[in-house]
Amino acid sequence: MEQYVIIGNGVATVGCIEGIRSVDKESPITVVSGENHKVYGRPLISYYLEGKTDLEKMKYRPDDFYDKNGVTLLLGKKATAVDAKAGTVTLDDGAKLPYTKLCVATGSSPFVPPFENLESVKDKYSFMTLDDSLALEKALFPEAKVLIVGAGLIGLKCAEGILDRVASVTICDLADRVLSSILDTECAALMQRHLEKNGMTFLLGDSVARFETNKAFMKSGKEVDFDVLVLAVGVRANIGLVRDAGGETDRGIVVDEDMSTTLPGIYAAGDCAQGPDLSIGAKRVLAILPNAYMQGHTAGVNMAGGEATLKNAIPMNSIGFFGLHAMTAGSYEGDLYEEKTEDSIKRLFTKDDVLKGYILIGRNERAGIYTSMIREKTPISSVNFDVLRKAATTAGFSKQTRKDKFSVPV
Amino acid sequence: MKRVYVNEEWCLGCHLCEFNCAFANSGLSDMVLALKGKPIYPRIHVEEGDKIAYAVSCRHCEDPMCVKSCIAGAITKEDGVVRIDSNKCVGCYTCILVCPYGALAPGESGAMQKCELCLQNSCGEPACAKGCPNNAIVYEDRSPKNTVIDDAANPACF
Repeated sequence: MEQYVIIGNGVATVGCIEGIRSVDKESPITVVSGENHKVYGRPLISYYLEGKTDLEKMKYRPDDFYDKNGVTLLLGKKATAVDAKAGTVTLDDGAKLPYTKLCVATGSSPFVPPFENLESVKDKYSFMTLDDSLALEKALFPEAKVLIVGAGLIGLKCAEGILDRVASVTICDLADRVLSSILDTECAALMQRHLEKNGMTFLLGDSVARFETNKAFMKSGKEVDFDVLVLAVGVRANIGLVRDAGGETDRGIVVDEDMSTTLPGIYAAGDCAQGPDLSIGAKRVLAILPNAYMQGHTAGVNMAGGEATLKNAIPMNSIGFFGLHAMTAGSYEGDLYEEKTEDSIKRLFTKDDVLKGYILIGRNERAGIYTSMIREKTPISSVNFDVLRKAATTAGFSKQTRKDKFSVPV
Repeated sequence: MKRVYVNEEWCLGCHLCEFNCAFANSGLSDMVLALKGKPIYPRIHVEEGDKIAYAVSCRHCEDPMCVKSCIAGAITKEDGVVRIDSNKCVGCYTCILVCPYGALAPGESGAMQKCELCLQNSCGEPACAKGCPNNAIVYEDRSPKNTVIDDAANPACF
């Protein structure tokens, strides 16, 4: 009989629970969560503000998920320490939870740079959790001017979510373009034009020098008046528990293909973990939801004595704003194939006879076919790439591949 | 488990499956009323390449990437069938990003749609296979424990 403990209650934890239960139906599982909510789709917090979902629909699993899976859920409790030798997790109320197998799925926290006089700003918010979203919602009013610091995935989804509920949204970023972690200059410019057309205002290549209550003084000399401030500069993986317990950490908690950390019996999964990234052949934090689930599931299977590895994780994102979707995957290296129109861009990157990565804006049909080529390292020489590069279609695959995909169970 | 399979050598590329699919999922009892003069949003599509055509719909994978990737928890697999709760879907397209078969696409409302084998609509069995004029789409159990696929014995298969 094992005694499983999972720290964190996001999507990686659901994957971990379902992974454990695919092998071990009996042993007890305890989940410790600092948040006071059952698991919800974390990326939905902007859709909630936009009115495209609600608290009921945001539930990532049905209410009886924990009961059905024999999980004891400790909500509103923070894990403060892990003792890898004794096999215990200490909680903020002093309790000690013994474990035989532990999964650390602590996610990440907002990173707030030391802005001068930030403490003078009264209405300031992060945008990572449902509670952040609910708090921000309370601060919004129709005449409000909102300043968002950070034009990345989180900042822009927040901006889209609140745009119709306030008077104005201005987004600033030190980077010279929007979505700088996933888009190159030209693709970012296309997306920025679309966002501006829909009412957002940008201050790019600029950052806040200092705040004074409801005003931001920018490095460029510009001044921005605001009623509500959202800080979405970036995130940091929550690695402290494993680092302090003596496990290897870098930008994330370092894990192998089986999600084991360097500490015996301790696994890590999700946004806090730094695991193998096929696209660069090195370990990297891949803070994306599909990866969180798959890492959690992999960890769970191994914790329960099964065998699972995650070998083909890659960065991949699908993010849409006002009907224009950008999809990206892999790495942008090698030869470029490009198609452009006024409101779409397609970029495919090939190298060493494989598709390495892509950027698709406005033309996303069946993009998963390209994603699968990256993940499976499908040799370009084995497909009709003249057909495939024009449109993502399995008709470009060889007859044998089509047969394998469509004439047998997969 | 019975699944939808395609025999590409028999496909005429007539696209009738797309119309039958859209009709079966329309909730209407008159095909003309359901489809005439309207854009259709079928859950199956005909792939056409160099002298080949075949229809593609959800494979109901053993290990479905869409289920693991859905940010809303809207895609689930129960009793072997991958289903989407369009009420929960927020239209983020992550399922399109990850499906290796290109089997999901947005419907009229913007929420994703996919083949659910017509098990819950008025057709009761896949309308694409039922209406395929050349048996290029079939609905059968090819799982290893039930059927051995032998091309020589089964010329309909590729």
